[in-house]
Amino acid sequence: MTTVQTATGPEQTMVLNMGPQHPSTHGVLRVLLELDGENIIKADVDIGYLHTGIEKTAEALTYSQAITITDRMDYLAPLSNNLAYCLAVEKLLDLEVPKRAQYIRVLLTELTRIGSHLVWLGTHAIDLGAMSVFLYCFREREELLKIFELVSGQRMMTSYFRIGGLALEPPVGWTDRVQKIVQTFPSRFDEYEELLTKNRIWIGRTQGVGVLSAQDAIAMGVSGPSLRGSGVDYDVRKYFPYSSYDEFDFQVPMRSEGDCYARYLCRVAEMRESLKIVRQALEKIPPEGPVKADAPGIVPPQREKMKTEMEALIYHFKIFTEGFAPPPGEVYQRIESPRGELACFLASDGSPKPYRMRMRTPSFVNLQALQKMVEGHLVADAIASIGTLDIVLGEIDR
Amino acid sequence: MTETPDLEQNPIIAKIRGWRPEAVAGVSSFRGELTVVIYREHLRPLAEFMISDPDLAFTFLSDVTGVDRFPIEPRFELNYHLLSLSKRQTVRLRVRLPGEDPVTESVVSVWPTANWHEREIFDLLGIRFEGHPNLRRMLLPDDWEGYPLRKDYPVEGPR
Repeated sequence: MTTVQTATGPEQTMVLNMGPQHPSTHGVLRVLLELDGENIIKADVDIGYLHTGIEKTAEALTYSQAITITDRMDYLAPLSNNLAYCLAVEKLLDLEVPKRAQYIRVLLTELTRIGSHLVWLGTHAIDLGAMSVFLYCFREREELLKIFELVSGQRMMTSYFRIGGLALEPPVGWTDRVQKIVQTFPSRFDEYEELLTKNRIWIGRTQGVGVLSAQDAIAMGVSGPSLRGSGVDYDVRKYFPYSSYDEFDFQVPMRSEGDCYARYLCRVAEMRESLKIVRQALEKIPPEGPVKADAPGIVPPQREKMKTEMEALIYHFKIFTEGFAPPPGEVYQRIESPRGELACFLASDGSPKPYRMRMRTPSFVNLQALQKMVEGHLVADAIASIGTLDIVLGEIDR
Repeated sequence: MTETPDLEQNPIIAKIRGWRPEAVAGVSSFRGELTVVIYREHLRPLAEFMISDPDLAFTFLSDVTGVDRFPIEPRFELNYHLLSLSKRQTVRLRVRLPGEDPVTESVVSVWPTANWHEREIFDLLGIRFEGHPNLRRMLLPDDWEGYPLRKDYPVEGPR
């Protein structure tokens, strides 16, 4: 209990410790709430419980090895992390990836976006008391995880995107599985919307809650659907297209209200747009063609060649013992992850290990806006505001 | 630092040079990314200029990254990645700081988003930001010794 002196006289406020172990903080987030009755006077965010020093660890690994630790940051969208990192290394090397690999990357990252938004929707809904949506969302997410397992062998820590392309050729018939998702998912999205969009309790809990103006959102560096819910159309896929996104036709859903409901509508609309991109990617992906760039010394040679050709064996040996050394320089590569602008800053000193790897993670920056969203509002609204920012603590603490 | 003539034609660089020619320590371009190195005493005034000038309008600060170049002096490097939403352009501002005195002015008053970035850099690299509203450890415990992202700090931790 702390006593705060106000103009009207001494007033009692209470400090409530929310987290770090609390189901609605979506991980280990601690928020110190100073309360006057049920109103939040001050919110202090405490992070770092999942800090594992990923940026430092990367400095001791070769460029190829570091891909595996990027998975572990945003564990709901590992493929987006892989993509940001691989694109940064490819930019450093000035390496062109075959179109087929680029389209497959787009397809899989869009499926990742849907999967991540499904977890967000499910957990956000359960925070606000809608249990059934959670079960439906996880049912659908399971189908997406099966696709990831099919192509990479892993459900979550995929490390499927490699420098210069993909880890391996996707298995025969995988597009049929994706096709099935494209066909079934729109009706599933309708189902969620039927449960929530016109639900009076849902509207009551989200409309006008956690309002963030466009000006504040930009000042706080908020990106992704959280920014687009406030009426700013910044989407990296449109502003600075990467991995052939400029060849796809899609809309960037936007709302101007800036409240939790607007962000909800944005994300649901975004899932539908992602599905549109997946559908186009399915048409674009050529049935045959390389999925790795032709870059000896950087991309490991084919297994067959490695066993029969001397030169390929030497490259194979060199890549896995000492790695490859990009030219000295710095690059900053942004992508649109499900949560916003995910960027990888890489500094190379001409050695086979990154001199400095920095991940600009959207959750870290977006969480800063929480204080502004909750101060002066009710404790119950803080739960909605944390949920609507769609944070992943693994990405915040790195 | 190479200065090629075509970089001088760049409108962003021309603007900055026109504002305060003595602030620029060098310009470079790598893989299409523009870097402007500036002297640290000009950082905050330049930040105000970058956000308020209508031709630049760098309203969005994407990221602040610290790099330790140990044992090279000046040892520390801060990279400010700016984005202009209306002009769809980006630029990187770089400030170099000496190892014995790693201090610069905070830009929180210009871009509030710099608050956590600067705190994280203070936490992991030990660079101090003058005028920061709340400069304390962020990811590490308050009683942690040393700054892990420095190059003289071993990956396995101090012994």
